[in-house]
Amino acid sequence: MPDREIPIWFFIGISLLVNGLLIVGAGVWEIFHPPTNPVVLFHLHASAWWGAVLLLLGILYCVRFAPRRQS
Amino acid sequence: MMPAMAVSVATRLVHLSAVDVVIIAFYFALVLAIGFYLKGRANTGEDFFMAGREMTAWIAGLSFLSANLGSLELMGWAAAAYQYGILATHWYWIGAIPAMLFLAIVMMPFYYISRTHSVPGYLKLRFGESSRALSAVSFAFMTVLMSGINMYSMALVMKVVLGWDINFSIWVSSITVAVYVALGGLRSAIFNEVLQFILIWAGALLIPILGLIEVGGWSNLKLQIAHNASAEYTHLWSTLGSFNNNPMGIHWTGIVFGLAFVISCGYWTTDFLVVQRVLAAKDLRSAKMAPIIGAAFKMLVPFIVILPGLLALAVLPVKLSGEAAAVGSGGHSYNEVLPLMLARYCGPGLLGLGITALIAGFMSGMAGNVSAFTTVWTYDIYRALINKNAPDAHYVSMGRWCTIVGVLISVGTAYLVMSFLSIMDYVQALFSFFIAPLFGTVILGMLWKRATGPGGFWGLLAGTLSSIGMWAWVKMDPTALRYVALSPNARDMAENMYRALWSWIVCVCVTVMVSYLTTPKPDVELSGLVYGVTAIPREDEVPFYQRPLFWAAVVAMVFVILNIVFW
Repeated sequence: MPDREIPIWFFIGISLLVNGLLIVGAGVWEIFHPPTNPVVLFHLHASAWWGAVLLLLGILYCVRFAPRRQS
Repeated sequence: MMPAMAVSVATRLVHLSAVDVVIIAFYFALVLAIGFYLKGRANTGEDFFMAGREMTAWIAGLSFLSANLGSLELMGWAAAAYQYGILATHWYWIGAIPAMLFLAIVMMPFYYISRTHSVPGYLKLRFGESSRALSAVSFAFMTVLMSGINMYSMALVMKVVLGWDINFSIWVSSITVAVYVALGGLRSAIFNEVLQFILIWAGALLIPILGLIEVGGWSNLKLQIAHNASAEYTHLWSTLGSFNNNPMGIHWTGIVFGLAFVISCGYWTTDFLVVQRVLAAKDLRSAKMAPIIGAAFKMLVPFIVILPGLLALAVLPVKLSGEAAAVGSGGHSYNEVLPLMLARYCGPGLLGLGITALIAGFMSGMAGNVSAFTTVWTYDIYRALINKNAPDAHYVSMGRWCTIVGVLISVGTAYLVMSFLSIMDYVQALFSFFIAPLFGTVILGMLWKRATGPGGFWGLLAGTLSSIGMWAWVKMDPTALRYVALSPNARDMAENMYRALWSWIVCVCVTVMVSYLTTPKPDVELSGLVYGVTAIPREDEVPFYQRPLFWAAVVAMVFVILNIVFW
């Protein structure tokens, strides 16, 4: 692969980061503003922790595969 | 599995919030951005059609799997799991893993060393122009038709799940795929397939996790399924001793010989839609490792596809039914099982990601079809039969236009299917006609140097015609099922298995007979194409843990253990 090509893993990092941010935001919002018709197992707050997992993975991938780090 | 969804209920299953819409819109923006970014790296034929043959084993492997992991695959097999139980897992394990490992270890060296750009291209090198023409025309024709059918089915899914207009879904998704494939060629398709693979897992993984928490683990799930449906639904092999003892109406011989040996090997080793991804690998070892990596992940896919279907049997308060019954009663059909489970557990944000996973699955499958069609049309039909001596830039330009034309034909097919729904069933069957005989031709070509050009051509033709003949025979006289599928109780899937097996046998027999009646090529012309006259690079200097054979053995071992655990 050419040296200066942005690796696909960086794009994946961006995707996970943005999606994680949006999902964790929605999850935290729901904790403080519970919906009238919650999903099953709402008390586990899956949006908040799954969003956080995606966000952390996204940050990790963005840092690890940032274009400036490709020599 | 999807056809009758056309008449399904119009009320939407889920309602998207603003954050869900933002997540979906961001996905479309990102895949287009990747296409535009890679436009400058698709200037030569080798770049546009083969991604420069620069892909690492991981990228090629994930792309190899992602091209197969369409949304219809996700939703269709989740529905099959609800309908038939864990038997549906056979299409992921024995119906995929041995074939993928066989491709990696046995067949990949010949594809890669011959430097072919396509499977029909290999047939040209091994058997001559007539075999290539037959294979290329049938592949190109069927690929765009299948692409259109998938497009229509996906638009129906979006209508049922989200209430989206069918025209909107068809045009937005197809234009997006056309833009990013036409701009960046195979490299863009592969990059997006890897992204889509990750999104599919990110969006679908929560369903089985939360489902298992709700039912209290696998043991409780089995008890609840035994109570709500039948204990047979959680056994992979123990019910396959008779056609009548399992929900699928299939015998183990059909699974082993029809599915695993013929259909699966045919699809995973000769369908250019998936093989093209591996041919883009940067070297032979990467090309051999790519299907092994794909196989390892393929073994995990039932966790996000089959398990949600089984969980639905235990936790859904409503009983799902076939499309006709669902329309009659106003209830939900089997095909809606995955969206129903998504709506059960996923709130705002997660729902958007789950829907994005379905869209991503659809687009990866469609991009796979379109990029494979483009390559076969440009190299194996246009350059071989119409314009042999044009400059490289001309073929790249043809590839870009062909991408757009291929998508437009697919859109046309989607609208044709909308008007004549029965086409869907026929074309799905037609596609299977070519797979099994093609595997017979390619495998004889690679492993038997006595096979001749006329033998390959007539074997392929006879196998294909016999498959069509058996299908038509059963259509005209349903009692013929007892001969084709060995049982009058066999269902559609079982019939497909046996029809594939017979057509493969016909192909092999005709190829062998004609080959013995015709003159073989001298060994020197078969170098790089056939086992026994090809020098395959040895890997003595590579540590054992970097050798494809070692990882193939690891995957095979896990495969055997999983089958025993869920016996």
